[in-house]
Amino acid sequence: MEEAGLLPHLFRTEYSKIIAVLCNHFGTDYIEVAEDIVSDTFLTAAELWGMKGVPENPVAWLYTVAKNKTRNHLKRHHLFEKKIAPDLRYPSADTGTDIDLSTTAIADSQLAMIFTVCHSSVSEEAQIALALNLLCGFGVQEIADAFLTNKETVYKRLKRAKEKLREEKIAITPPTVQMVTERMETVLTTLYLLFNEGYYSVSGHHPLKKECCMEAMRLCLLLLENPLTHTPAANALMALMCFHASRFEARTNSRGEIILYEDQDTLLWNKDLVEKGIFYLNSSASGNQLSKFHLEAGIAYWHTHPEDTREKWEAILQLYNKLLMLEYTPVAALNRTYALAKANNTEAAIKEAEKLNLTDNQFYFVLLSKLYEPFDPAKAQTLLQTAKEIAHSESDRQLIQKKITELEEKR
Amino acid sequence: MKDFLFLFRADYVEYAKRSPEELQSMTKKWMDWIGGIAAQNKLADRGNRLETGGLVIRPGNLITDGPFCEIKESLGGYIVVKTATMDEATEIAQGCPVYEIGGSLEIREISVM
Repeated sequence: MEEAGLLPHLFRTEYSKIIAVLCNHFGTDYIEVAEDIVSDTFLTAAELWGMKGVPENPVAWLYTVAKNKTRNHLKRHHLFEKKIAPDLRYPSADTGTDIDLSTTAIADSQLAMIFTVCHSSVSEEAQIALALNLLCGFGVQEIADAFLTNKETVYKRLKRAKEKLREEKIAITPPTVQMVTERMETVLTTLYLLFNEGYYSVSGHHPLKKECCMEAMRLCLLLLENPLTHTPAANALMALMCFHASRFEARTNSRGEIILYEDQDTLLWNKDLVEKGIFYLNSSASGNQLSKFHLEAGIAYWHTHPEDTREKWEAILQLYNKLLMLEYTPVAALNRTYALAKANNTEAAIKEAEKLNLTDNQFYFVLLSKLYEPFDPAKAQTLLQTAKEIAHSESDRQLIQKKITELEEKR
Repeated sequence: MKDFLFLFRADYVEYAKRSPEELQSMTKKWMDWIGGIAAQNKLADRGNRLETGGLVIRPGNLITDGPFCEIKESLGGYIVVKTATMDEATEIAQGCPVYEIGGSLEIREISVM
């Protein structure tokens, strides 16, 4: 790798690992201390590598420097040391800090951190921000870009979340059976939201979006590697993410604009990821709990079939029926109605659509327009105009305008 | 919002004699109908199906096989729907597949204790 790109790359891959290990060492009381040490480590690397050249094994170098800085930090801050040294989970003589940065220790620490970040005392928004920050090594600016908000908001959100963890005295420990029972659902939901943030978010195309998705998948793999967290629902979530990710290359054009499912070049769909998805979907088929991830993975599986068959849409319709019985969301209600049109008939779907009562939702009007298009193109046109008026983001408005133009050309 | 209990009654013994294809198509109709209620965010409880067998217990420990033998229509299942009014609940009840097998639907408002 080129020297200039090396440090940012290492920052992305190593920052969160060292943070996890140090947090695991210090506990939630000293997350900021861990962050300072790791930032300082990278700062030192930036200074020294520029002058003296890149060391032979940059990762090992970073680990050694991080360890030394931790040791020095504890030595220097006598008071601090006195205060926390007795609480350190692995106390040893004198400097008291032998920090283990082996692959296993890193994986264990990150798994422990996932469960800490997903503690119910932290709000959903903050959980995602914390996960991006501590587990994925995203900076405040990057998170702000991804959430379409400003640095201050993200900074405050992270600060509050860290304070909360401290106040509630949330320990960073490897997941126990009890923790898995209590928190696994939140953990999976956070990873699901993290993935969706990258995949669907209104903030449009951003290179970080894809990385958000990749990180969610990496963390989900971490769960699958531990026997305690290798649950059917975790497998289902992984399958869901693989199926969605298989369309990454096909869903944006060279200008970064979103290409809708039905307009995608199916040759660009990644077959390896589809295969992997099927593998995880099969692994998820055990136990007696049908989670929403199972149902969504099933729906995503059928979407990897480009053929527009009635069998496909009937399967999707039934999965949406079950999903809605489990949990209502406007998106599921709209998608279910589309599947109904494909599996049963459009007239029935229009009737059902008009009962949905989602008149503040732009996608509701997009759906209605699509259903009306074959019978009443003029009405379809008006519906799209309404959708455009209430659309939230510029990229959505552009997408709707494109459809309006297409309709005009057809007429 | 009020909760309404939907009780489905039909001759389920007769119903079970239908062909597998017919049964499957009925299952789809039920799923589509309940899915449609859920899509309107008006399903409070997806409910359950009830088995055909059962007992009725009366004072004096008098146990009988229930009313199932005497009347043709037995209770086959229930769901709970949440709507603002009884009228709205009745409207939802219009599309119920139970009528297709000659059954009936009873709506009862749930009074929360």
